[in-house]
Amino acid sequence: MSTGTAWALIAALTAATVALKAAGPLVTGGRTLPPRLASVIAVMPAALLAALVATGTLVGEDGELTAGADAVGVLAAGAVVWRTGSVLRGVLVALVLTAGLRALS
Amino acid sequence: MADDPRGSFRAGAAAAIPFALAGTLLGLSFGVLAVEAGFPAVAAIVMSALVHAGSAQFAALAVVTGGGSIPAAVAAGTLMNGRFVPMGLALGPSLPGGPLRRALAGQAVVDPSWVLSNLGDGRFDRHKLYGATALLWCSWTGGTAVGAISQGALGNLDRFGVDAVYPAFFAALLVLELREGRGRLVALGGAVVALALSPLTPAGVPLLAASVVALLGLRTPDPAGSASGTSPGTGEAPTDTDGHDPARAQAT
Repeated sequence: MSTGTAWALIAALTAATVALKAAGPLVTGGRTLPPRLASVIAVMPAALLAALVATGTLVGEDGELTAGADAVGVLAAGAVVWRTGSVLRGVLVALVLTAGLRALS
Repeated sequence: MADDPRGSFRAGAAAAIPFALAGTLLGLSFGVLAVEAGFPAVAAIVMSALVHAGSAQFAALAVVTGGGSIPAAVAAGTLMNGRFVPMGLALGPSLPGGPLRRALAGQAVVDPSWVLSNLGDGRFDRHKLYGATALLWCSWTGGTAVGAISQGALGNLDRFGVDAVYPAFFAALLVLELREGRGRLVALGGAVVALALSPLTPAGVPLLAASVVALLGLRTPDPAGSASGTSPGTGEAPTDTDGHDPARAQAT
């Protein structure tokens, strides 16, 4: 890939990202929050987090469904956080378990 | 909303520390991969500084590495960032000022900051968002710089389980949400929709679709019942006057 190609990619992706991040606040900014919308926003993190976890662990590079060592690690992290409420402990378990399983296989 | 902007900013940065550590490692891998793909090191660093969206950068990089065109790479990255539109729509009512100021404030949205600054009643603490993003930006850009300059000395970081770290953080935050009894049905729906769409659509579309699942909140104002007694559906903030969610305090 040429240097010029890299810079063209960066410029275009920067412009697109700035536009996407500006769009939402431009539309709904400066308004009071209707209660019905508040209830949607309150559960949006759950929906997005669940999707980020699912696609981050169970989807391969070509969009295929797959489960590897990282899926086991992340599942264990979820269980640890559910039991203890400690985020760091959960993530450490995920890291150690994933690296351990990869070292064994 | 935020009585103490500086305190909120610091609280945001503090809450983002674990994500920043993970972000540094991911930034390292991005820097390594980008240089391998033919990016000048400085271009990789500038990309992280300007775009600051890991998943979009990895997606765009994967396209050019696979021999795809620049428009295809930009499209892949842009789709990956599509979720920032609904996230920004949610944030909008919490931002003061005119359109330009709000559009600028919206640039601070990245996944961990957006989640950490969510007060749980439909509002966001914008100073907490800025604090978290400031730290995350430094870690992501700094990690990319080290990776890009290392000239392959680091090798493939996945063997250390680095790829599991970010999903594990998201899983941890999700579990804290679910323990509150908030959004269980919506979380399940989001995961199922994202997995179902993943083999069929370009990356990014499943995330966008999953955030639309939150519209279920319209029909079930208080999903999965409110064991904790808080009811975001009524639009009435819980009695907790400082508006901070006790569950989130544990995120550090």
